[in-house]
Amino acid sequence: MDNLLLLFQAPTILVQLVVDGLLVGAIFALAAYGMALVWGVMNIINISQGEYVILGGYISYFLYRQFGLHPLLSLPIAGLVLFLLGVLLYRLVIHRIVGRDMFISLLATFGISILLQQLMNELFGPDVVSVAVDMPTWYFLDNTVTVPTAKLLAFGVVLAIAALLVVGLRYSRLGQAIRATAQNARAARVLGVNTDRVYAATYGLNAALCGMAGSLVVMIWVIHPFIGLTYTVRSFMIVIVAGLGNLPGVFATGLGLGALEQIAGFVLGAEFQSAFVFSLLVVILIVRNAWLRRRREYLS
Amino acid sequence: MNMRILRLALAAVLFVSGTAFAANDTIVLGAAVSLTGKYSTAGTHTKRGYDLAVALINQRGGVKVGDKTYKIAVQYYDDESTPARAAELAERLIKRDGVRFMLGPYSSGLTKAMAPVTEMYQVPMIEANGASRTLFDKGYKYLFAVLSTSEQYLQEAIKLAAEQAVKQGKKPSDVRVAVATENDPFSQDIRAGVLENAKSYGMKIVVDDKFPRDLSDMSSTLVKVRALRPDVFVASGHSKGAALVTRQMPEMKVKVPMVALTHCESAQLTDRAKFGNHAEGTLCASQWAPTMTYRDDLFGSAADYTQLFEKTYGYVPPYQAAESSAAVEIYADAIHRAGSLDPQKVRDAIAATDMQTFYGNIRFDATGKNVAKPMVLRQIQNGAYVVVAPSKWATGKLEWPHP
Repeated sequence: MDNLLLLFQAPTILVQLVVDGLLVGAIFALAAYGMALVWGVMNIINISQGEYVILGGYISYFLYRQFGLHPLLSLPIAGLVLFLLGVLLYRLVIHRIVGRDMFISLLATFGISILLQQLMNELFGPDVVSVAVDMPTWYFLDNTVTVPTAKLLAFGVVLAIAALLVVGLRYSRLGQAIRATAQNARAARVLGVNTDRVYAATYGLNAALCGMAGSLVVMIWVIHPFIGLTYTVRSFMIVIVAGLGNLPGVFATGLGLGALEQIAGFVLGAEFQSAFVFSLLVVILIVRNAWLRRRREYLS
Repeated sequence: MNMRILRLALAAVLFVSGTAFAANDTIVLGAAVSLTGKYSTAGTHTKRGYDLAVALINQRGGVKVGDKTYKIAVQYYDDESTPARAAELAERLIKRDGVRFMLGPYSSGLTKAMAPVTEMYQVPMIEANGASRTLFDKGYKYLFAVLSTSEQYLQEAIKLAAEQAVKQGKKPSDVRVAVATENDPFSQDIRAGVLENAKSYGMKIVVDDKFPRDLSDMSSTLVKVRALRPDVFVASGHSKGAALVTRQMPEMKVKVPMVALTHCESAQLTDRAKFGNHAEGTLCASQWAPTMTYRDDLFGSAADYTQLFEKTYGYVPPYQAAESSAAVEIYADAIHRAGSLDPQKVRDAIAATDMQTFYGNIRFDATGKNVAKPMVLRQIQNGAYVVVAPSKWATGKLEWPHP
């Protein structure tokens, strides 16, 4: 109750929470794009999403430690490496489970996530790492609202990637093939689309998006090999709320989720941050289901 | 046919290993430590701590039991940082390998998993890396801990804040405290200790946040801290918590005169490539510091131990290694005093321990906790750790307020 009172006494806190939430949510949204794609196109729920994010972060961390490369510069490299890894994993594992039961996809990608966790643990150790990019912080509203440049840049990068992705899916040959395959894989095959290559590219693209999100995460927060689940769960939730194949929706939901998490964390305490968001997910699903039921038309 | 050969081979292996552990001139201590998995760094420190003590004791001739002198050896297994595996390995060490004395694993969680097993078989276990106080409220008779329990980790910070308030001409009850702890048993013990101490001074708790294990961003807690302007901010959430506080506080322009954390070493807060100089002035809870003036006959002073460890392994020993070495030292002393290899007699001798080691004073209460050693607070000054509290062990002056 005290916290709620504090919000009324100092309304700029709310501004701070919303700004923070939007900046945080954008990064969740980036990882969720990929999940929405893979789920929508291949009908696979990718549990290893978070591990790709962390691996991307480690690639940026490694390049920073070895060559002093800024995470924003190593972001395309992390994306490329993860793309190749995604294609490799598709060829090794994922192509065997496309079209199979969804439960199999959960198991297979869960296996990949454990493998990646242990691999990162072996390569980089279990300690927490982060890249200290000394960037200034902007102050607004009489210094009561702070906006770190790193988070602002990350937000911009996510926006740019989102725009590229939307344009790419609409106008490029690969994008059109991906959309065609998502709509009806069989018809796409009949019309000459090599769906196997489309699946490989989609899975690779997903990993690349996660990898790029990881570069931003290591620049803003911290990573360690066992923290991937946070990103998987957030992606999962965003995709459930936004719906598959709705990229602007994914972005908006990511931002909304981030802001709500911050406000809930502030008012209810950090321990209820996740609980609140998941309760909200349940409410949204119930409301949406009821709404759909009212609109659904039955043939008699 | 193949099965028969396999069985024969297995029997041979068991026979050889059985005789090795029963070898009449070696005392084998059993240990499951995390060599892989999420605790592998701390697990390696633990193993090195054990190994160094064993090597030195053997080099000095071993342990005299009655008229006979024994060497010491440790039978290791990797618990893969998982409690279930640790419990399984404890059973394997006792039942299959015939180990009669156990050393602890790394972390409270794994110690919690092993303790019921060692208790059931009435095998003494001296542990050096399980600090949760819930380990000592179960009435275990064979579990002994050389380290200070977790509720004490940051109590010294509250005491220091009270002292500082008096120096500023204020009352200790004027001090406003913000607490942020991870929602796990270890950090909740720390929170309980801090709240207990703050209450005894009549201090006001202005923030009391428990953050989840999958925490990735601390902004909502830090916004609260910034708005409520506490005099001391206490946070504990393993290395992730320490790193996030250090990372996000300056970024969000949160200024608190005193910031006290746990796990500074494992988060490598003094590594400038990771945190710049943002960790300057932070207070860090520590079980032990190389600058302390404790000493014993085996290692000499804390500084001598540090020198030996550094010469052997190439880095300054973290407290996890020091407490592990101390655990082996207590075993050697207790077995010597017991004058027997009977686990019951050794257990009684451990319970009667009252000695100083390079790591600190060791005296166990009825629950098996070491009640003779305080925690220390170290402040990061110019990128190095300086002991600033308790005043008896301080080697430097507290820099206040936090820059």
